[in-house]
Amino acid sequence: MTGPDFYRRDRSAHPPAYAPGYKSSVLRAPFRPLHSLEQTSLERSGPALGHAPLGPLDHDLIRNAAVDGDALGERIYVFGRVLDENARPVPNALIEVWQANAAGRYAHVKDGYLAPLDPNFSGCGRCVSDAEGRYLFRTIKPGPYPWPNNGSDWRPAHIHLSIFGEAFTQRLVTQLYFEGDPLIPLCPIVNTIPDATVIERLVARLDMRNQEPFDCLAYRFDIVLRGRRQTHFETRPEGA
Amino acid sequence: MREKLFETPSQTAGPYVHIGTAPQSIGRPGLVGQPGPVIASDTGPAITVEGIVHDGAGAPVRDAMLEIWQADGAGRVGPHGFFARAVADFDSGLFRFQTVRPGAHAQGHAPHIALLIFARGINIHLHTRIYFPEDRELIASDPDFARLSPEARDTLVATPGEGGNYRFDVHLQGPQETVFFDI
Repeated sequence: MTGPDFYRRDRSAHPPAYAPGYKSSVLRAPFRPLHSLEQTSLERSGPALGHAPLGPLDHDLIRNAAVDGDALGERIYVFGRVLDENARPVPNALIEVWQANAAGRYAHVKDGYLAPLDPNFSGCGRCVSDAEGRYLFRTIKPGPYPWPNNGSDWRPAHIHLSIFGEAFTQRLVTQLYFEGDPLIPLCPIVNTIPDATVIERLVARLDMRNQEPFDCLAYRFDIVLRGRRQTHFETRPEGA
Repeated sequence: MREKLFETPSQTAGPYVHIGTAPQSIGRPGLVGQPGPVIASDTGPAITVEGIVHDGAGAPVRDAMLEIWQADGAGRVGPHGFFARAVADFDSGLFRFQTVRPGAHAQGHAPHIALLIFARGINIHLHTRIYFPEDRELIASDPDFARLSPEARDTLVATPGEGGNYRFDVHLQGPQETVFFDI
């Protein structure tokens, strides 16, 4: 049993493959249109990665690579809900995250930015959504950094997210940005999405009520994955 | 009526995808249960699939991260399905999966492996399929190929090597462009 089909992906709500303002896309975008196929039980099911146990500190990037102290930087929670397009919670979604440190440097062999590494920070974490779709991780706010595109462009502070829902067809990799960052509208990667209202869906909101007092700020970011087509029975209002 | 939400937009995985998805590949400890490029199963014949993702200039995409999802050797999906993840070699661009030959999971359809490709410059992951050259007859009658030219079809069929080893190169654009799906 793999359930009903999922809605087709609304490609207008995503960046196109070819977005010449982001130069790396020019040689990596297919020329031909995508070939549409019906879903099968393969796409309607997926690996149960979010049902397996995680390490106790996987969700805590401030401590999970610590050698002799906490990671440096602005301490934050990133939290929210994983929902589907029908606004139903997605439990047991696996969220993998990676990010630069507070100075804007990645702990990666290919990152040569002059900003320093933090020996207590790897920038790698994971968490799983609960029965109501809620997820949480703790980290430091990443720094912006320059990259070669149109000369020296600057990435806004961002966290990469990789999400597995219940079905392979829901697979999603994206990046979240932070409310109020003046670099967001200047970024060629953000602007691969031509529609400002769509870009807004990638902006995490400062949420003072959910701070950890005298410890940690909080940013809320809800994630929406593809949803299944509804039967008439399921869409009937309760009591009808 | 029920409220309908918009799917969260995709963004490129970028060149540092290894940090979060394949830390061993950059010399960091792996995480508990994190998927790698090897599937071990006695439900079907052991195979390897290796290849290179090529950009429009023919250069290997050395920062690619690839994921497969497939039926087991008996054609069972869901909890019996297999998932694996590989990253391109930083020098050669070669990726390599060890898995089992999948069975057919849907009647009338040729067995195949679903393949997703993530990389810098890929704004939303690309979805293709790996079919097997031994299944030419099944492929010829598979309705999923009905609207594809023979040349397009051939981009989806792996090349056989010795002893269960297959080659599957991906061409992101150009005359040999691989067929990518919207499913």
